Amino acid sequence: MKELLQKLTQTPGASGYESAIREVIREEISPFVKEIKVDALGNLIARMGEKKANGSRIMVAAHMDEIGVIVTHVEKNGAVRFSNLGSVIPRYLPGSRVKFLNGVRGVIDSDKPEDLAKIQPMNQFFIDVGASSEKDCPVKAGDVAVFDREFADLGQRVASKALDDRSSCALLVEAIKQIKETPHELFLVFSVQEEVTSRGATTAAYGLDVDLGLALDVTPVGNLMGIKMQVDLGKGPAIKVRDVGFIADPGVVNWMVDGAKAIKIPYQMEVLDIGSTDARVMQISKAGMRSGVLSIPCRYVHSPSEMIDMVDYEQGLKLLVHLLSQPVKLR
Amino acid sequence: MTTQRSLGRKTVVSKVPVKLLEQLCNAVGVSGNEDEVRRIVIEQVKPYVDECTVDALGNVLAVKHAKKKGALRVMFAAHMDEVGFMLVQDDGEGLFAFEPVGGIDPRQLIAKPLLVGKDRVEGVIGGKPIHLTKPEERRNAPQVSSLRIDVSPGSAGKVKVGDYATFATRFHRAGDSLFGKALDDRLGVATLLELARVNPGDLEVLFAFTVQEEIGLRGARVAAFDFAPDMAFVIDSTPAFDLPLPDEDSENVQYNCRLGAGPAIYLADAGTISDPRLIRFLVQLASENKIPYQFRQPGGGGTDAGAIHLTGAGVPSVSISIPGRFAHSPVLHARVQDWQNTLDLLQLILIHADRSILAVDRS
Repeated sequence: MKELLQKLTQTPGASGYESAIREVIREEISPFVKEIKVDALGNLIARMGEKKANGSRIMVAAHMDEIGVIVTHVEKNGAVRFSNLGSVIPRYLPGSRVKFLNGVRGVIDSDKPEDLAKIQPMNQFFIDVGASSEKDCPVKAGDVAVFDREFADLGQRVASKALDDRSSCALLVEAIKQIKETPHELFLVFSVQEEVTSRGATTAAYGLDVDLGLALDVTPVGNLMGIKMQVDLGKGPAIKVRDVGFIADPGVVNWMVDGAKAIKIPYQMEVLDIGSTDARVMQISKAGMRSGVLSIPCRYVHSPSEMIDMVDYEQGLKLLVHLLSQPVKLR
Repeated sequence: MTTQRSLGRKTVVSKVPVKLLEQLCNAVGVSGNEDEVRRIVIEQVKPYVDECTVDALGNVLAVKHAKKKGALRVMFAAHMDEVGFMLVQDDGEGLFAFEPVGGIDPRQLIAKPLLVGKDRVEGVIGGKPIHLTKPEERRNAPQVSSLRIDVSPGSAGKVKVGDYATFATRFHRAGDSLFGKALDDRLGVATLLELARVNPGDLEVLFAFTVQEEIGLRGARVAAFDFAPDMAFVIDSTPAFDLPLPDEDSENVQYNCRLGAGPAIYLADAGTISDPRLIRFLVQLASENKIPYQFRQPGGGGTDAGAIHLTGAGVPSVSISIPGRFAHSPVLHARVQDWQNTLDLLQLILIHADRSILAVDRS
């Protein structure tokens, strides 16, 4: 399981530039699904199962994209200025390394180190790719990079860049491989551009005709991060009740809780005061979609070293496989 | 898109319509009140298209059919509306409280002449004169709620709460330079009107002259839904902040784009990550035809593409802007050469766009 997590987190896929990760996931799931396509925005949409009398049409979405940076200007001295793709957190930037899609690597520092205690605008930072002039700089305006940080196996826990949301991608890939029988027609969406307000899920949801939506994402946790919330690492997958842009369908929440109880796994109820997920746009697509979110608790979200607990991951996988294999009862 | 095929010119390029731009710029069309601009657009575009309709929100939707059925549906959008003001409270004696419509910097408001209401009554935004202000007042932006539009007691009966107002600037040309209000985005509108006059005939060409862009891309959203295009190109105006910096040693790294450097192709803004296939297509078109171009610096801001690309099951989209100094102020400064190069690039799209562009992976 850690091998897949490592493979998916270490493949680059900044918002809008998901080609590489899309191909890796396509290769993983192709043998196990009935049909697979890429839509106009780049969402990878796989279909499996036939809807039986007691089955539903279900959209399951995990986003492939990760936060990244895009070059705005190369200075005469070779310093690379950039803007963010998704919510890059300035305080994590100094000392971070990035890797461009063309393989070039660089380190980030600030023009005004004395201001580091304050939140800085992105234009006070630059990437040093080792160039001494604009002419010998191997990147140009428009080039895209992701954070460069290796996968660290810490035993029960793992740390890496892009666990948001490749951990959910891995969960969905494993579920696709494990589901043997399902009464449902499943539309498994590896969505693009979630980090820039769920643009991929918006168009993917519109293109599908489904009864139920389930988004898979990470959720920040309450300890160590100054965030007041109940969810903690290692206490099981989280079932979202509400976030900034989304109130989970109570029937869907109950369905997930009932599932966790049926297979006797620990779970946590999530009420999140920062951020949202693909479910926000799925729920209000077309005439509406009853929706919920299965979250993997994650520390240091949007830093180059996000951290999850394998217990949460494994229990989350069990729950997902169970939910997608049994008839849906919304109470 | 195969990089092998040639994307060279095949037609004589038409000249940018400066006279028409002048007419469009001097017309008043604040977001939600685009009537006057819409009338000009319909009059100009109707003779050259197969269909011309006005939709429920007021967008002008003009279609040139392809010679064959099943052709690639290519949407071009430019917004008719401009930023301006709305009267919100009558304080008597010709004084009105107002609110900006669209993004306007309050520091640019004081002492600006306006045209108010249907009859274009002359007015001015009044502010406290320098005699009476303290230095710290002059350092801070004024509160819009503290300002008034003064149309005089004599004209008070000609305007009312709910009326729109716009900057009173008249269009003028000085050599290669164009000055006027509302060049954002009448430049785009005039470009599409010229583009509608030529048609190689291989594409289903869908022109959307949109409303309410400045207040949230509202027109483009429904226009794109109606058209259901295969790809979309949005033509807009983007700020050029290319003035010299006060400190000669520092490099301007946030100019957004530069006047005279050609059409500004969008990579990413606050609303859209441009489709990389369309970026590559535009860059190849420009390079092979020796049309200068620049990339608009990735960052904030947005265009109608932000709504269009999320319509339906998704529309590959990119924006191209004509650079303009002093955007969203009483006067914007653009260059004829940038505009001509933008029109040239768009005409080449009509000639060369085909399904092969989207047949490859997005990035």
